[in-house]
Amino acid sequence: MAEFTTIGKRLAMLDAPAKVTGAGLYADDLKLPGMLVGKILHSPHPHAHIRAIHTEKAEALPGVHAVATGQDVPRPYGILPIGHDECVFTADKARYIGDNVAGVAAVDTATAERALELIEVDYESLPAFFDPIESMKAAEHRLHADKPNNIEKEYHHVFGDPEEGFLEAACVREDHFYCSEVTHAAMEPHATLAAFDADGRLTVWSSTQVPYYLQRTLSEVLELPMSQIRVIKPLIGGGFGGKSEVISVEVAAAVLARKAQRPVKICYTREEVFYAHRGRPITIIDLKTGVSREGKITAVEARVVQDGGAYCGYGPVTILYSGALLNAMYHIPNVRYDGYRVLTNKPACGAMRGHGTVNVRFAFESQLDMLAEEIGMDAAEIRRRNFLQAPCMTVNGLRVTSYGYPECVEKVVERSGWREKKGKLPFGKGMGLAGSHYVSGAANPIIRSNMPHTTVNIKVDRDATVTLFSGASEIGQGSDTIQVQLVAEELGVSVERVKLVAADTDLTPVDLGSYSSRVTFMAGNACLEAAREMKRQILEVVGKRFACPAERILFRDERVFCPDDPERAMSFEQAVLAALDAPGAPDARALVAKGTYTPPAEAQGGKFKGAGVGPSPAYSYSAQVAEVTVDPETGQVTVDRIIAAHDCGRALNPLSVEGQVQGSVWMGLGQALQEELIWEKGRLMNPSMLEYRTASTLESPPIETILVESVDPEGPMGAKEAGEGSLAAALPAVANAIYDAVGVRIKSLPITPEKILKALREKEKQSKGTQKDEPAGI
Amino acid sequence: MNKQLIRQLINGQAHDLAIYPNRSLLEVLREEISLTGTKCGCDDSSCGCCTVLVNGMPMLSCVMLAASYQEAEITTIEGVAREGQLDPLQRGFCEAGGAQCGFCTPGMIITARALLEANPNPSHEEINQALGGNLCRCTGYTQILESIDRAIQLMRIHREAAVGR
Repeated sequence: MAEFTTIGKRLAMLDAPAKVTGAGLYADDLKLPGMLVGKILHSPHPHAHIRAIHTEKAEALPGVHAVATGQDVPRPYGILPIGHDECVFTADKARYIGDNVAGVAAVDTATAERALELIEVDYESLPAFFDPIESMKAAEHRLHADKPNNIEKEYHHVFGDPEEGFLEAACVREDHFYCSEVTHAAMEPHATLAAFDADGRLTVWSSTQVPYYLQRTLSEVLELPMSQIRVIKPLIGGGFGGKSEVISVEVAAAVLARKAQRPVKICYTREEVFYAHRGRPITIIDLKTGVSREGKITAVEARVVQDGGAYCGYGPVTILYSGALLNAMYHIPNVRYDGYRVLTNKPACGAMRGHGTVNVRFAFESQLDMLAEEIGMDAAEIRRRNFLQAPCMTVNGLRVTSYGYPECVEKVVERSGWREKKGKLPFGKGMGLAGSHYVSGAANPIIRSNMPHTTVNIKVDRDATVTLFSGASEIGQGSDTIQVQLVAEELGVSVERVKLVAADTDLTPVDLGSYSSRVTFMAGNACLEAAREMKRQILEVVGKRFACPAERILFRDERVFCPDDPERAMSFEQAVLAALDAPGAPDARALVAKGTYTPPAEAQGGKFKGAGVGPSPAYSYSAQVAEVTVDPETGQVTVDRIIAAHDCGRALNPLSVEGQVQGSVWMGLGQALQEELIWEKGRLMNPSMLEYRTASTLESPPIETILVESVDPEGPMGAKEAGEGSLAAALPAVANAIYDAVGVRIKSLPITPEKILKALREKEKQSKGTQKDEPAGI
Repeated sequence: MNKQLIRQLINGQAHDLAIYPNRSLLEVLREEISLTGTKCGCDDSSCGCCTVLVNGMPMLSCVMLAASYQEAEITTIEGVAREGQLDPLQRGFCEAGGAQCGFCTPGMIITARALLEANPNPSHEEINQALGGNLCRCTGYTQILESIDRAIQLMRIHREAAVGR
């Protein structure tokens, strides 16, 4: 096995010093001379025709430099080619409370806010839909004229023969699950600064996960060629999917900057961030699973309804992922999936960490535990009985190249003392197990094109400084560091030697962005390819000098040498100079090399409709054991400990991988127990960090991480994703543990004390009902 | 509204400022003197990102009127490193992964600094109590706790080295 010098080390993030000193700049920290403050007018109505908008008074207010409405920018946009259904400022009607109606740019915040008050909008209120089931029944008052029954998208997939599968089953369960809506709540609110230069060229600094898509959208909506637009991503204070599509803030800033002919910055307030949303939708799941006496899953059937909100966003991807990933971590021969993404008069849902998979995984792993109990089988054992055998194709065409899930299960069983403790803890204490998986990037791009998913360039200057130009977006997950580590490892140089220029559309080649856990796998592979090409160029010269076959020459410890003969060695600097000064070298100033990554065709799924979403070049796996204490008097759940084993392929930087896994598990715990957006007729009842209730240090349990390294054959140095996959296992692990603790099965998220108490009381009532002779208490 | 003159000692440097009395300390720090290390995560005192030390106490600068703090001594994240050398807490946050996206990090470090000044050897429970008002969305807090443990360890090494000398 190859020995690594940089890979596998617990390296601090390269940008950590900037972050701990306050020197690092985020979008809101930027300032330009003459900069104006942009503010957006949001609809107070959930569904209303806009009959007229009067902006004259706002325009006349001293200090106001521009007011823009839907008339200024009529071009619709959206993240998916099939979903261009929203405008930067809605012109015809408002579809949710918070919908963007107009924007102003003024000298300061107070003036901008005053100007918003002076804009008069004549609304004609329309009936609104807040419940997806009701919305599906709607004959009139569609949100979008072209969407009958307000169904944005529906998918119906059948693999194998589900009817036959259920006939084979010894035990079949049908359960109804409900998951509330949750949101990203990244600590940094969305912020954008847009400025035109004298030549009419636009530069946008934005808290975006995908500079390239933002550049494209700006180009379409503003009707400017892409060459006239530069998008720069400064430091990003977390994204979790919430910054992976263009919410109108960026376009609004650009529109206002063009109108005002001054730079415009828009920073959303926390309340605006909550309404911008794009988080995980309310998901209603009817799940049916059959197992044989031996615990083999014979068939799975799911009907999933997602409450998508008012616009398309990433919605069709969410509902497709829910189907594609429903069954794919186990060997399940027969599957039926019916998915509906429904429009309602609320902010649009979209991609959120664990996109699409989390809620169905909660349902599936909860039901699997119920089935295990019914056939008298241990929860770990029923999972073992259904392991895949990699390499393989799942029944729905997902190609699995590495599968560390069995080891994950074994490791958490061992570490938790599962065999000794499960089912034997005193009433009120319990443990639960569950698994999850996730894609390492989607094998098909959002926008159909044949270009590589990532391209990177490497330049080595005469002083042997290595500069990596990558379009990938660091959003706090550590991907900048990982890319530099890969290049340093391959070139055999220190990480200090490698400089990174990232996520600036003028300087860096196209990368499709930081979403679906694609950066390490895809940009990472491109980095390796570029570094290998760089080595080839150096070897062309050095190989001849050493009179040693190129494949025998090593790049390591800042040297280029032939291990057979210690005399044949030179420093990396010398080797670079030799290559640059060789007769016929293309450019004496710098060596340049390019690397790309395109997923192999066979990773792109089968031919069935919808196969484009779900397939990935590789999948991560996770198993978790949660230990909980439930107070039967109050229903309060305390998570005492979570043990999470995550199969990340090879851990390129264990410090980062552990951080990603812990963050994922923790976010899953939040959804399991306390996070939820509470809506009242389209109005959000908890649009603040205090009321939304993400966990603080006081409610956060120790999360023990075990890294399982399955070393994927196609991953960069064997790596797979680590940023999302563990999230989904946390929810059912906790639900299963609560059942173990107090014997009630909660199928609705979040699992609040109220729900537990209610279930405990019902259970008590039922048991009293069956034992009529017992005296009713003291 | 008239501007008001105030004097504050910010990161050891005296600043004379003419500000509107409705300006928050956070706005003054970020906009008047370009100390953008202090972050605005919520604007309603619920996230802790904007924590600064005011006369040694960790306070939420987004809900403090700057004009009410005449002659106050204020330390922001920019004032934590000394002579270009990272403070043990800053090193701890680098080495143990306490800073992922980094947006909550300044507030975390400021709060932790106040804690460690009052109690150089806090238990995990005490650390968690102290940081209860500083939200982080990336780490799940495990590596933040480890970062502070690492800082305590570094400070102990410094102290022992100083005694040894």
